[in-house]
Amino acid sequence: MKYSADEIIEVVRMLSEEDLDIRSVTLSVNTLPLISDNVKRVLDKLDSLNPIFDKFSSAVDKASEKYGIRIVTKRVAVTPIQFFLEVLNEEDGLKIAIKLEDLAETNRIDYIGGYSAFAERGFTKGSSLVINTMAEAINSTKRLTGMINAASTFSGLNSEAVRRFVDNIFIMKPEASARVAILSNVPPDSPFVPSAHHGIGMPEMSINVAVSGPGVIEKAIRRNSPSTLEELHELIKRTAFKITRLGELIGKAVSADVGVEFGSVDLSLAPTPKIGDSVAGIIEAAGIEKMGAHGSLSALALLMDAVKKGGSTATSHVGGLSSAFIPVSEDAVMSERALEGYVDFYTLLALSAVCNSGIDMVGISKKQGKDKATGLIMDVLSLGITLNKILGVRIIPVDEEPGSIIDLGGLLGKVVVMKLKDASVERFVSLNGFIPNSIKRLETG
Amino acid sequence: MENAVVVVVGADKPGIVAGISSELAVNNVNIVDISQTVLRDIFAMIMLVDLSKSNVSISELRKKLQAKGKELKVEVLVYHEEVFRYMERI
Repeated sequence: MKYSADEIIEVVRMLSEEDLDIRSVTLSVNTLPLISDNVKRVLDKLDSLNPIFDKFSSAVDKASEKYGIRIVTKRVAVTPIQFFLEVLNEEDGLKIAIKLEDLAETNRIDYIGGYSAFAERGFTKGSSLVINTMAEAINSTKRLTGMINAASTFSGLNSEAVRRFVDNIFIMKPEASARVAILSNVPPDSPFVPSAHHGIGMPEMSINVAVSGPGVIEKAIRRNSPSTLEELHELIKRTAFKITRLGELIGKAVSADVGVEFGSVDLSLAPTPKIGDSVAGIIEAAGIEKMGAHGSLSALALLMDAVKKGGSTATSHVGGLSSAFIPVSEDAVMSERALEGYVDFYTLLALSAVCNSGIDMVGISKKQGKDKATGLIMDVLSLGITLNKILGVRIIPVDEEPGSIIDLGGLLGKVVVMKLKDASVERFVSLNGFIPNSIKRLETG
Repeated sequence: MENAVVVVVGADKPGIVAGISSELAVNNVNIVDISQTVLRDIFAMIMLVDLSKSNVSISELRKKLQAKGKELKVEVLVYHEEVFRYMERI
């Protein structure tokens, strides 16, 4: 036979038992030509997106049917709404948000990303209006996502953007705050929400793909029990190669069908709350009894290096965040370890040094105060600047006490409310201005 | 040539090969190669089939074979060959 029985069984096992699937196929569209200083005109022009959204949606379904591969979500990324609001008024934000939601729903799109703004040095009218209206826009929709890029290696960290973002999430429903994030160095071609937006420098349209498959790597490690670190690295690398190839196949098929460029594959391992589909599970399979214990960072660094090396040989179109996400609520093992106390905020910060986990899908108690949430975000963004990395924060402020669990259901999972340190940081986080761009900036010129 | 891989998983008993191959024949799908192995500790039959003259699309064929599998009390999985080419070949 063209393929050995072992080769066929390996692939079949990954797809049918180990939850290897395509996390998302994302159509990224330049919507700048739809801008107008008349909001009614913008809303009318947005309707012109219907045919391409519909075509994209059908192409994804077709690829899934043809190859027999599960594609979990279909997403669209549009040009940041900041640019629309530069020439409109505050009340227009909500109208555009609702229109985007309708477009997504009509065309069977699970998420539409782009209620976003860049404010790492300061605010323009447009970015300011996005952040003023974010809570209302996201609370009023179910599929719309947004992001604030509040820090970059090039421009520094804008503390006001962080404070205003925190004001927003404190008045959002928990499910809504799961659809917004604050980032440093956001990439222009992310297939993942909430970071997805159509970035500057990108072609008119492109298809970006996110693969999944931490379960495949975990099972490979458990089945083969590597006896050296090199064997462990090699096993992960080979498996990551195969996972990424699947992304490449689906991305190219959808691109060809829709007739737009193939953008990139995001190499990130993304977990789901399902048992056996956990990034923390990989670390534990490698010999760490509980994720978060000493040695976890080292194991994660090894995992990241192997995933990147395997993934980068599998595709020439690397993009997005390309690392590992460890959204606490979306990873069954992480939630468990957070409840047991093995994973706290400082563990997540440390892990962020070697991957893109940031602080993702963690609950905080509103009773602990906005200053601490602001400080936490500034910690992550500063790490992003210092290490020249993409890092983000997606926290869910709730009324409950630390230690509680809020079930958001589906892919979002059970949110553990983790305790922030009690001491006040009000004075530091209230300082106006921006943290100057670091010396890293000068390395570029 | 457009190929698919059909994997039939279930306890080995008379009629499985006949049942699945007759469903393929009805739809004008030719068996290119066939072999057997073990998956999840049970019998698994692997078939490489040619879809180029098929009367139905691969997704319809998948549905028909899975319905047949239900009758025969076996699980049937159908994937396009390109999945294997992408993942197992450079």
